[in-house]
Amino acid sequence: MPVWQQLYDELKDYGFMVFAVAMESRGPEAARSWIEAAKTAYVSVIDADHRLADLYNMVNVPEAVWIDETGRIVRPTEVAGSGDYFRKMDRVTRTLPEEGKVMRETMRKHYMDALRDWVKNGTESQYAFDKGAARAHVRKQTEDVALAHCWFRLGRHLHGTGKIEEAEAALAEASRLHPDSWNIWRQMGDMKLDGKPNPDFWARVDQLGSRRYYDKIDMPGMP
Amino acid sequence: MVTLLTERGRYEAAGNTEGESLWLPAIALSMATGWELKPEGFCRDDICVPLPRGREGEFTRGDEVDAARLFRHAAQPLAASRDKSVWSFGTSAQIRSNALDSLKAPDIGLPDLAGKVHRISDHRGKKIFLSTWASW
Repeated sequence: MPVWQQLYDELKDYGFMVFAVAMESRGPEAARSWIEAAKTAYVSVIDADHRLADLYNMVNVPEAVWIDETGRIVRPTEVAGSGDYFRKMDRVTRTLPEEGKVMRETMRKHYMDALRDWVKNGTESQYAFDKGAARAHVRKQTEDVALAHCWFRLGRHLHGTGKIEEAEAALAEASRLHPDSWNIWRQMGDMKLDGKPNPDFWARVDQLGSRRYYDKIDMPGMP
Repeated sequence: MVTLLTERGRYEAAGNTEGESLWLPAIALSMATGWELKPEGFCRDDICVPLPRGREGEFTRGDEVDAARLFRHAAQPLAASRDKSVWSFGTSAQIRSNALDSLKAPDIGLPDLAGKVHRISDHRGKKIFLSTWASW
């Protein structure tokens, strides 16, 4: 987030806004210390029901969408500069090996530089998709995914009203219907564990095998 | 009373559940979901799903509509709590996909830490980097 603040400061005079959404079903308190520490001048909001994930077919964080001055999507939902290098992290010390650190910096910097380029150059930027390419990059939604968002919303509400066992069953149903959503699975764990780290996280990541955790970012020059 | 959860928020409505049916005042369903009965069918925005001819009466009684039956008929996702006191209404993948394929950024209003609601469309005229994060 300090990165986003820096970016906003740098680009706001070009007609630019960061609209940052915290997916936090435990409510604003779960996000407060992070937002206050970042001293955000851009828009920073809380999405307890993951409504944005439903509207924009999001499955992970950080993901982002680039929207132009007219409200047109020029880059649909995609991973915002992260990659699977994190899977080689030392799981005890939570540190990356050297090559992982290099990859993290390379990807982050490339993504942010691409965003700068688009803000300054608009449709001339090689990173802004034309309409056909933008459409081709919209993730396909299924009816199971749409139903998963319904169950997620129900589970979140039941959790808030103290019906914990039924809430957890509803959230589990959401995750069963939409197994690709790390947002649903991780948020479900976060609610169950009241913010404590999920001991099952790495096992679920390992189950991916050769499949990716973060989808590849289809952008010129991105590793 | 039943609680309705929709993409617009949370609503309380005078409703009755009977078996697989959820009878609601038509106006309550329309306020909560945007779906309403019109002569041409069950409609939201520019989408209308015709009712089966000759069976229109099964979906309405007086000022009430069977919201659950209408949603199932229109192939819209729906989930309910075990005691049927809370109903979560969703939007089909087909409608979502069509919206995204239009490339018009779906609008949404969300609260900041102080509870003030910000809409994406408040910033029309600027380039927007719409990004997500989480503490977990």
